[in-house]
Amino acid sequence: MAILVIAEHDNAVLKGSTLNAVTAASQMGDDIHMLVAGSGAQAVADAAAKVSGVAKVLLADAAAYEHQLAENVSLLVAELGKDYSHVVAPATTNGKNTLPRVAALLDVAQVSDIIRVESADTFVRPIYAGNAIATVQALDAIKVITVRTTGFDAAAAEGGSATVEAVAGSHDAAISAFVGEEVAVSDRPELTAADVIVSGGRGMGNGENFVLLENVADKLGAAVGASRAAVDAGFVPNDMQVGQTGKIVAPDLYIAVGISGAIQHLAGMKDSKVIVAINKDEEAPIFQVADYGLVADLFEVMPQLEAQL
Amino acid sequence: MKVLVTVKRVIDYNVKVRVKSDNTDVDLANVKMAINPFCEIAVEEAVRLKEAGTATEIVAVSMGPKAAQEQLRTALALGADRAIHVETDEALESLTVAKMLAKIVDEEKPDLIVMGKQAIDSDNNQTGQMLAALSGMPQGTFASELKIEEGKALVTREVDGGLQTVALNMPAIVTTDLRLNEPRYASLPNIMKAKRKPLETKTPADLGVEVSARTKLLKVEPPAERSAGIKVDSVEQLVEKLKNEAKVI
Ligand SMILES: Cc1cc2nc3c(=O)[nH]c(=O)nc-3n(C[C@H](O)[C@H](O)[C@H](O)COP(=O)(O)OP(=O)(O)OC[C@H]3O[C@@H](n4cnc5c(N)ncnc54)[C@H](O)[C@@H]3O)c2cc1C
Ligand SMILES: Nc1ncnc2c1ncn2[C@@H]1O[C@H](COP(=O)(O)O)[C@@H](O)[C@H]1O
Repeated sequence: MAILVIAEHDNAVLKGSTLNAVTAASQMGDDIHMLVAGSGAQAVADAAAKVSGVAKVLLADAAAYEHQLAENVSLLVAELGKDYSHVVAPATTNGKNTLPRVAALLDVAQVSDIIRVESADTFVRPIYAGNAIATVQALDAIKVITVRTTGFDAAAAEGGSATVEAVAGSHDAAISAFVGEEVAVSDRPELTAADVIVSGGRGMGNGENFVLLENVADKLGAAVGASRAAVDAGFVPNDMQVGQTGKIVAPDLYIAVGISGAIQHLAGMKDSKVIVAINKDEEAPIFQVADYGLVADLFEVMPQLEAQL
Repeated sequence: MKVLVTVKRVIDYNVKVRVKSDNTDVDLANVKMAINPFCEIAVEEAVRLKEAGTATEIVAVSMGPKAAQEQLRTALALGADRAIHVETDEALESLTVAKMLAKIVDEEKPDLIVMGKQAIDSDNNQTGQMLAALSGMPQGTFASELKIEEGKALVTREVDGGLQTVALNMPAIVTTDLRLNEPRYASLPNIMKAKRKPLETKTPADLGVEVSARTKLLKVEPPAERSAGIKVDSVEQLVEKLKNEAKVI
């Protein structure tokens, strides 16, 4: 039986996290179909058809799917999912919102946030904020899986030539409605896709001081992240939070500035290739995971760093 | 309006868990346990709705071993009116919890159910969405703001790109994110009062749900340790190392 991968998109662009999910799916079996559920999403379906390894694209285009409301999309995915061995989505907020609903409708378990595929039914996932790594076998006939994107390379966005098939009809549960959104706009790379991330914590003192990080980030083409404390204090918006319950990142270089290194923060960044910590407290736990630690006042050294890059 | 809140007994968030030497699971012997932090936020939100006059009754539910009653007592001390404990020593998967909650929802008929977005032990992030599916209810997951207006739940959600607001028919399920509120501490008089609040005990069999395992835990291992690196003395040295040793800039 084939594997159904749920595309992450905004009705215009196929998001990169989908490509990581395709790679994970390809390790579970080799007949991969991709579902694009949206409204006016033909361009996404066309992009999906080009993804290497995808055999067929299902395009469910209906007003009810415009905002990816889980109440509607889950009905669609559960109906289609019956005919698949696996239903796979990236562990984005969308995937996390919709897929457990699908699993319950199919009366099967979900395995969340996998970082490795051992076999078609056995998966590896972090638990307890990444302080333990569990190997889990899914016993149900249909495996419902969300994929931690940092665990898998992206499949090639070009090279495939899948057919695009329209899915007729539309599921509208009519119990929820989209009201509005506040989308963060930034010229910087997305946190989960960036090669370099500069993150600030409570030590930044206030939101204005984040300009010290932005200046360094500009020099490095980096994304800017934050700890929970910095978000809670209102320095920066919630979509910048890195950690167990925020975004999981694994860039080539992660620079933690004024961040103590609580386990919940480490859970979101400790798979980065190189970690730099800048903190004035030499006992800060962040130094235990840092490849390069600089014990210093960030207000002194960040301008120096900017100047030397 | 009646509000149901769920509280899970989990390892205290400050504790760094260790894996058992035989790699069968993590070691929870003599480890400090607490209410899952997201469930604390759920209880707080319900209490604020009651204080605002929007909610009239708060029922707290927990499933798990006898000791989970400690967390229910905490919820009662924080302001829940009564508690339901579904007692079992078996390991509970999210789907099983959702099925049992669906039965309790059938009996209790709450107008609003507030749950944590994620249990910090399993890190599943599933149960609220599953209960919503089983009960045919809408869901406002990862909530940073909740307003009840004209019979609808207006939920602002923390999503990858920023914030999204949805309007949900009621009854509805809301799962909490960190910014929804800052939970209070239970006062000593309220802890004393909580001892006399009603706490009902049930079993999975009472609810007609069989505790079955749909997944098998094959092994649990410690994560790859990162070894601490070196301290540099200056920004010059840092930049030099990043360029020539790590070769990342
Ligand atoms: C359920 C739950 C989920 C959580 N999820 C997350 C999550 O996803 N992500 C996350 O990050 N946290 C999360 N946390 C919070 C986490 O436990 C910590 O509270 C948080 O990470 C601390 O943020 P911080 O390091 O910025 O602040 P602090 O711990 O206050 O550290 C600030 C650091 O800045 C340093 N500093 C101060 N001034 C200067 C200066 N001038 N120059 C240099 N250094 C300076 C200090 O020495 C200190 O080490 C979660 C907590 C819970 C309970
Ligand atoms: N055994 C349980 N008892 C009570 N509530 C639970 C239990 N398991 C999960 N929940 C609720 O569901 C939320 C999400 O849990 P999970 O899906 O396991 O990450 C938790 O924050 C709790 O509010």
